Amino acid sequence: MKTIIHMIATLSIIGIVAGGLLAGVNGWATPLIEANKKAETEKAIFLVNPEGKSYEAVANAGFQIYKVYSDSKSLIGYSLVYEGNGFQGKIRVMLGLSEDMKKLTMYEVLEQSETPGLGTKILEDPFKKQFNGLVAEPNVEWVKGKAPSKQNEIQTITGATISSKAIVAIINNALEKARSLKEKGTL
Amino acid sequence: MKKGSLTHEYVKGLWEINPIFKQILGTCPTLAVTVSVMNGIAMALATTFVLVFSSLFISLVRKLIPSQVRIAAYIVIIASFVTITDLVMKAQFPALSKSLGPFIPLIVVNCIILGRAEAFASKNTPFRSVLDALGNGTGFLIALILMSGIREILGSRTFLGMQVLPNGFEPWTIMILPAGAFLTFGLLMGFSNAYMERKKRLEREDAINKYRKSSVTLKEQEA
Repeated sequence: MKTIIHMIATLSIIGIVAGGLLAGVNGWATPLIEANKKAETEKAIFLVNPEGKSYEAVANAGFQIYKVYSDSKSLIGYSLVYEGNGFQGKIRVMLGLSEDMKKLTMYEVLEQSETPGLGTKILEDPFKKQFNGLVAEPNVEWVKGKAPSKQNEIQTITGATISSKAIVAIINNALEKARSLKEKGTL
Repeated sequence: MKKGSLTHEYVKGLWEINPIFKQILGTCPTLAVTVSVMNGIAMALATTFVLVFSSLFISLVRKLIPSQVRIAAYIVIIASFVTITDLVMKAQFPALSKSLGPFIPLIVVNCIILGRAEAFASKNTPFRSVLDALGNGTGFLIALILMSGIREILGSRTFLGMQVLPNGFEPWTIMILPAGAFLTFGLLMGFSNAYMERKKRLEREDAINKYRKSSVTLKEQEA
């Protein structure tokens, strides 16, 4: 009986002390972590719309989408976060659109778990540059093993076709969503 | 360096009982995070922090905890320090925390920490436990730098982000894939064992030779 009480008492005391300590640290860290997340999103918003100076989040869109404004407060485009399946896991992308939603400005991968050295080439310039100013009308198409001939085409990465196609699919889905929002007048 | 001396408590962790190559504990983070030297160093420092503080606290309360619930108590203490580390890293070093991903929270179940708590901190004074924890932490750091150095140099031509191999060298992508971790780990362990074997054999032969010489001189004297 005595050992049982001893056991319960020790574990309770350790639990209470640990809980109290963690509550304190958590109280200090939470605002900092929130601020970090916000700064990261902000950086990505302007990265895909480099001429932007201020932004505004669009409420009730169902996903993260931001209106980006220039110096003179005129709308120059949209930055939106969209995700889809890659080769091994989810790919989360921040996509930049021109204000008429016909041109892409750039994309930035926020999260991915593609094969290092192959799939991760979607993070690198030779592939990414193809989306710079790409006309996405009616949507983005991909070609394999040859140079793109139409203005809405991009060439997939050798050895990472699935990852390349995943990026194209994410962008097309995002475009469709954003355009339907625009038609409804939410944007 | 006598066994049991204070210096020995620290130094033994570096090689003699190196957590990775000798105790073979904590191999899961070793294989997973050693794609870059920066990751390896961060992982080792985070683990050392948790190891030192858990060892200190476990050693302080070792006489108060009934032995039936000691593992549960250790886990609560270890988990608290891991959560603190995780929160601090997320708040102060978000980029590092992102690249280490779930491996910081997983320090809770890292066998090095529970292993040292059970094998050493629960039986020794706080000061000795801290020295032992620091030694094992440094041993872990050495092992991770070795592993991640080899993998980063061969797999992405860089060391700590600086290019060390010329562009003409085609990076061995396999080195930054999981298979590369197993290859590096196995080869390193093989080399370290071969070296120790050789050292032991030489010492043994040395002793035999000395004995032979002394017996020969004895016979000469008798004659």
